Amino acid sequence: MASVTTDTPMHSSPAPRRKISQQAIAPWLFLLPAFLFFATYVLYPIIQSFYISLYEWNGLYSPQYRGIDGFTDQQCLDLGNRAGREPGCELTGDTVWNAEYVGMENYRNLYTDPFFWTSLKNNVIWLLLYFLAIPAGLMISLFLNQKVVGMRLYKSLFFFPFVLSQVVVGLVFSWFMLPGADEGLLNVILGWFGAGPVNILGNNSTATYGIIAAGLWPQTAYCMILYLTGLNAVDPEQIEAARLDGAKGPKMLWYVVLPQLWPATFIAIVVTVIGALRSFDLITIMTNGGPGFYNTSVLAFYMYDVALSEFGFRMGYGSAIAVILFLIMMVYIAGFLWKMWRDEKV
Amino acid sequence: MFPRPIEQSSPALRIGYQLLLPFMLLVWLIPLLAVMFFSIKAGEDFTQGNYWGIGEGGLQGFANYWMVFAESDMPRYLWNSVVITVPTMFGAVALSCMTGFALGVYRFKGNLLIFFMFVAGNFVPFQILMVPVRDLTDQMGLYDTRMGLILFHIAFQTGFCTLFMRNFIRALPRELIEAARVEGVSEYRIFWYVVLPLMRPAIAALCVLIFTFIWNDFFWAVVLTQSPESQPVTAGITAFNAQFRAMYHLMSAGSIVAAIPPVAMFFLMQKHFIAGLTLGAVK
Repeated sequence: MASVTTDTPMHSSPAPRRKISQQAIAPWLFLLPAFLFFATYVLYPIIQSFYISLYEWNGLYSPQYRGIDGFTDQQCLDLGNRAGREPGCELTGDTVWNAEYVGMENYRNLYTDPFFWTSLKNNVIWLLLYFLAIPAGLMISLFLNQKVVGMRLYKSLFFFPFVLSQVVVGLVFSWFMLPGADEGLLNVILGWFGAGPVNILGNNSTATYGIIAAGLWPQTAYCMILYLTGLNAVDPEQIEAARLDGAKGPKMLWYVVLPQLWPATFIAIVVTVIGALRSFDLITIMTNGGPGFYNTSVLAFYMYDVALSEFGFRMGYGSAIAVILFLIMMVYIAGFLWKMWRDEKV
Repeated sequence: MFPRPIEQSSPALRIGYQLLLPFMLLVWLIPLLAVMFFSIKAGEDFTQGNYWGIGEGGLQGFANYWMVFAESDMPRYLWNSVVITVPTMFGAVALSCMTGFALGVYRFKGNLLIFFMFVAGNFVPFQILMVPVRDLTDQMGLYDTRMGLILFHIAFQTGFCTLFMRNFIRALPRELIEAARVEGVSEYRIFWYVVLPLMRPAIAALCVLIFTFIWNDFFWAVVLTQSPESQPVTAGITAFNAQFRAMYHLMSAGSIVAAIPPVAMFFLMQKHFIAGLTLGAVK
């Protein structure tokens, strides 16, 4: 430690150096609190779920015992939960994670589990039908893109369903679809046309579609607001030029307007996919997975029900379902990040 | 403008459009209007099977709403929602102001990687977090407490808020920050006195959005809480559903009460709300 030579000449003022080190350290200090939170509650749990999916675990921790009166600690450990009834073992006050390593067994069991496949199939139906929200949202936004008296209020009221909780939306539509001929408003309306009554939510083959219809209501509102914002930014000169060339109606929409709406469409796709794959609230509220066993279930619902059901907590099995859902979602997330990365480079 | 402005069309078309607007709105909101009607009907109408008529009980006005407040845990659920939502809003926005500043202003190795980590985390399905987060909350002694929900929500929402804040800060003029640096202002003062005041619109937008998201959250409420002492209104209303099974008039009134705060927030702060949701839709 005798050498005191440094790269920096002695006469340089300390100020710029301090600034540079401050600029190097500052971002990390600003990131630290959020990173700690995020790592604890989001990043680490993702890894944990992968890990738990390799175990059979009922979510409990069992008490730990130590040996007394000639018993060894190992003997009490071997007794497992029965140690509590053995006079030679006493509680240490510690608890231990009570799970059995089963490797890929949970995943193998999923393969032969009919409810898993029903859920996955319903996820696909959700995903496909949810995309209807995008053209429907576009249509409503075109309808509302006028400057007449009270239009601001109309636009907000059309957007209204999105602000409601999915729980409320679920209740609203459950009542709308009540099965009796004069119960649900839907059947009342069908009655006017001499049709019905229908029991949408009580029927295996229609229940999922009933729930998706409820989900499309707020989702369409969201897509509508995305497109209304997008339409605001459409270049009026291009429209005028195209009009002079004789373009109008669907042709104008397809060749001139839609390309300019691509950013809005892109976001609409992202939020629609995420919304479809996250569907849980509506199913819980409207049918609780029924009618019958898991007919309207999706992976998000099935996972919850398996892990926290009254028939026993199968945390490992639930985590395996969650991992599958996560991997499906990651395909979309990766695509989204890839596009963001490309945009960043420009 | 597309489609062609309606003022340029024939008077018949113009009037037709003006009439079509309220009609379409009615069709669009019909399930909700039905619930509003239910919420002021008399209970005996439903027991007598008179769902859509107005029976001898007439219309109840606010009586059903009064019942909901007086005879159920509704006030407590509402209060829990407030206690959970407001701190989450401040926590997530505060944290993401800092991350947005760090990721938007500084160039350092791993910047984009950390940013993408927040973005990706925000999109993951809740189920992949469920078991570990429930377990962690339990281990901390926070299961079935409002604090347990608040901490998780702050952490999770920081993902979305960081995406939002970082993009907003990137759009600010960099010269302001450079000028402050030349003046010798410390990085922390630049954040506090230069950038933070410019972020006001973003902060407002995020506050409204987070308020709505958290108020409307149902999944985490049922995973992390179970008693009326800590459950927010979305989860509470399912318990409420069990208490008032088939009492549609009270259930409707309860649902409407539960929906009012975010709806009020939206109508008061509409500009910010929409600016927040449509971020990037015009770029």
